[in-house]
Amino acid sequence: MTAAATNTTPTTKLTVRDLCVYYGEKKGVGPVTMDIAERHVTAFIGPSGCGKSTFLRSLNRMNELIPGCRIQGEVELDGDAIYGPGVDPVTVRRRIGMVFQRSNPFPKSIAENVAYGLRIGGLKDEREIAMRVERALQHAALWDEVKDRLNDNALGLSGGQQQRLCIARALAVEPEVLLMDEPASALDPIATAHIEELINEISSDYTVVIVTHNMQQAARVADYTAFFYMGELVEFDRTDVLFTKPSNQRTEDYITGRFG
Amino acid sequence: MTVAGSAPRAPRRTSAQRVLVRTMSNRLGDAAMALSSGFAALVVLAILLLILFDVVRNGVSHLSITFLTEAPKEGMTAGGIFPAIVGMVEMVLLMTVAGVPVGVATAVYLHEYAPAEARLTRLIRIAVANLAGVPSIVFGLFGLGFFVQFVGAGIDKVFFHGDKVYGQPALIWAALTMAVLTLPVVIVATEEALRAVPRELREASLALGATKFQTVMHVVVPQASAGILTGMILAVSRGAGEVAPILFTGAAYFLPHLPKGLSSQFMTPSYHVYVLATQSPDVDATKPILYSTVLVLLALTFILNIAAIVVRARVRRQSGLQH
Repeated sequence: MTAAATNTTPTTKLTVRDLCVYYGEKKGVGPVTMDIAERHVTAFIGPSGCGKSTFLRSLNRMNELIPGCRIQGEVELDGDAIYGPGVDPVTVRRRIGMVFQRSNPFPKSIAENVAYGLRIGGLKDEREIAMRVERALQHAALWDEVKDRLNDNALGLSGGQQQRLCIARALAVEPEVLLMDEPASALDPIATAHIEELINEISSDYTVVIVTHNMQQAARVADYTAFFYMGELVEFDRTDVLFTKPSNQRTEDYITGRFG
Repeated sequence: MTVAGSAPRAPRRTSAQRVLVRTMSNRLGDAAMALSSGFAALVVLAILLLILFDVVRNGVSHLSITFLTEAPKEGMTAGGIFPAIVGMVEMVLLMTVAGVPVGVATAVYLHEYAPAEARLTRLIRIAVANLAGVPSIVFGLFGLGFFVQFVGAGIDKVFFHGDKVYGQPALIWAALTMAVLTLPVVIVATEEALRAVPRELREASLALGATKFQTVMHVVVPQASAGILTGMILAVSRGAGEVAPILFTGAAYFLPHLPKGLSSQFMTPSYHVYVLATQSPDVDATKPILYSTVLVLLALTFILNIAAIVVRARVRRQSGLQH
């Protein structure tokens, strides 16, 4: 919140220009043009099916796993076109990590879940791996709860712990951007508060983009908020501005609870 | 029921009655269906029990440790079936080593890599389905023609100066023929297991910057491993019971010794049963041996099938723990 509140213009991390996502012939979302600020939290809000998740997934090329999905327009990460010719989606996803709506730990031990990204990235030094696993778990505020059972199966953790484990797993590979697709929608209020606190904390090191259907959540965690409706980006502004003085009627209707 | 249109309430009542009548006929239909399907299930169970009862009653008397550890004696009218058990185990092991990797790889290709709508993919699927429907004797003839007379004879020509070493029915050719026969079992089971791997796990791996290959090797296949194992066990239990594919490709009528290597022939319980039943010089003497052999064969197949069920149940429990 700090930088947005003090009104300094932050650096742009992700530049999106005229991005459209199609499923077959049907347009899912777009055209979207926006700049996402470095080391800030940007939230996407909007009613179900408004295209916010689809848009989020096109920021690290996860959409192309869906057959028939086609993308137009440009996304640049620090000036590198992620949809440029010859760009490997694998390298894009190493720099832009993702946390999903439903926690999806691997059926492996807690430590191995976090180590997974490091191992497939070619890291072999076990001491280095153990160190980075610990750091990621601390970063995700999970270390104290699991440090005595790192070799237990991750599926034995509670829902909120599993989701924080997924965040730790994503942070372990040290991405520059972390995309979060409704990370707290399946969690109880206490676990949700944990996650929100965590988002606030990691935003000093990471660029965070979060999709949420919970407007209060967006207001609490995000520096910037984008409102999507029917596949269109309706309004994008600083969170305090969007929630207090929306310039678009549909935004106002949505945040005042008239629909959605 | 009463005169239609006499009162505005009348049509409403008839429609209510119709609903009532329909539910009654539904209930009758349900009862009839439950009765007839239950009876059918009972018939199946009865047949199974009858077979089991017959085999156990006639076979258990001759069953003993020596029956399992001795070779047949005196023209197969005495002794045990030790060489047959060893032969089956060797054949099944070889079959597994040869067939399962190919089957698993095929399933991984079909499910993970092949474009679902492509003509080649559909062609492979049709081929697999047809392979499963080919009568097993055809596999036997294929094995004789391809493995024994073509591959085996070719090896002899190149490496053994035309001496008959591999160009005759042998353990290796029987195992390979059986591997081809059980391929569809492995492929179908593996594909089913791959399909059951949640999309979320694949996405988690890919989002961490894993390549598709890494995702398949480190997440998808391990997650599907229990299902693959089930397919393997089912293939083994099928292979253990088949006779026709090994008839011309390696099974021996009688061997006084254990198979010496890949190129020697071998005995198996299934073929031994056929031999005892049709070729015995003394039917009364071989009958208990015959039944005991069947009992052993049945027990082995049952154990394998139960193992497959247990493995599958464990997989269900594990995946149930996830969400």
